[in-house]
Amino acid sequence: MAVNIDSKNQPEGYEGQGFFATRLDSVVGLARKNSLWPLPFATSCCGIEFMATMGSNYDLARFGMERISFSPRQADLLIVAGTISKKLAPILRQVYEQMAEPKWVISMGACASSGGIFDTYSVLQGIDRVIPVDVYVPGCPPRPEQLIDAIMKIQEMVSTERRDRRDGEVYQKMLDGYGIE
Amino acid sequence: MITNEIKNLIASKLGDALVTVEQHYDFHVYIVKKANLHAALKMLKEDAELDFHFLTTMCGIHSPENEGAEFGLMYQLHNMPNNIRIRIRTFMSKNDLDVPTVTDLWASSNWQERQEYDFYGFNFVGHPMLTRILNMDEMNYHPMRREYALEDAWRDDKEDKSFGR
Repeated sequence: MAVNIDSKNQPEGYEGQGFFATRLDSVVGLARKNSLWPLPFATSCCGIEFMATMGSNYDLARFGMERISFSPRQADLLIVAGTISKKLAPILRQVYEQMAEPKWVISMGACASSGGIFDTYSVLQGIDRVIPVDVYVPGCPPRPEQLIDAIMKIQEMVSTERRDRRDGEVYQKMLDGYGIE
Repeated sequence: MITNEIKNLIASKLGDALVTVEQHYDFHVYIVKKANLHAALKMLKEDAELDFHFLTTMCGIHSPENEGAEFGLMYQLHNMPNNIRIRIRTFMSKNDLDVPTVTDLWASSNWQERQEYDFYGFNFVGHPMLTRILNMDEMNYHPMRREYALEDAWRDDKEDKSFGR
């Protein structure tokens, strides 16, 4: 049986017999990209859709994400799935602050992205009011395919991120903009 | 099912405290004076014959069109042995939202009263810890009052023309 190894995701570099030389950023990115540990912050129906994405039909394990982290300290990717009330907002920010760098955030569904139909006194009108978001997923709730697409977009970001991005002034300024220490 | 006999018995025991009795669907609603509210509820709970010993729920009412009686409170009581439920209502002016607490009668009213304080701003005199329970602590108004719009008043990203206004 012929084994077809897909090498199109291989980073650019210099290849010879028995060795392969490339940039450190690319190697680190490659490693991080294929072993993201997600932390689900699931508060409502989007959480159910996230569970379907985790399940065997859609199978997040294909992306190196079978290890769902329920501790923010060991997570790389925060998936906020569901309505966040204003009372919950400081807790969400605390969870984000507890995550170690590097960290990424997916805002899953209309409620997390914009408050959704809950344009009311008690609901936070989008989690980007308290934490920075990398990828927004529209839908109410989104299909698992949409979440997988968002995860692939995150993987793209992870694999191409410059290694010194999070030490930089721009990144620090962005965090300051959200009042995150 | 509540009969006229029971209704008259409750009405006579409430005596001067009673303003009027109404029937809403299966419920008899006894409207009492605010000054007699605590005594009336205590009597309904402790009277051996009536025995409304369980406070099922309570809620606030805001009807800005009723001048002089804008705010109201409803207590739903349950006599479990005979399966009889009644509602007690009282109304008050928006200038006087002091209500006696019933936490000394029913411990369950502690959180209920905090909720009514949170959403309507009733001041339950004698409540052990009258602070917000459901909304965030920084909130500076009582959102279930009709004078406030339901939509988020703090939004700044909505253009009126996109919403047909």
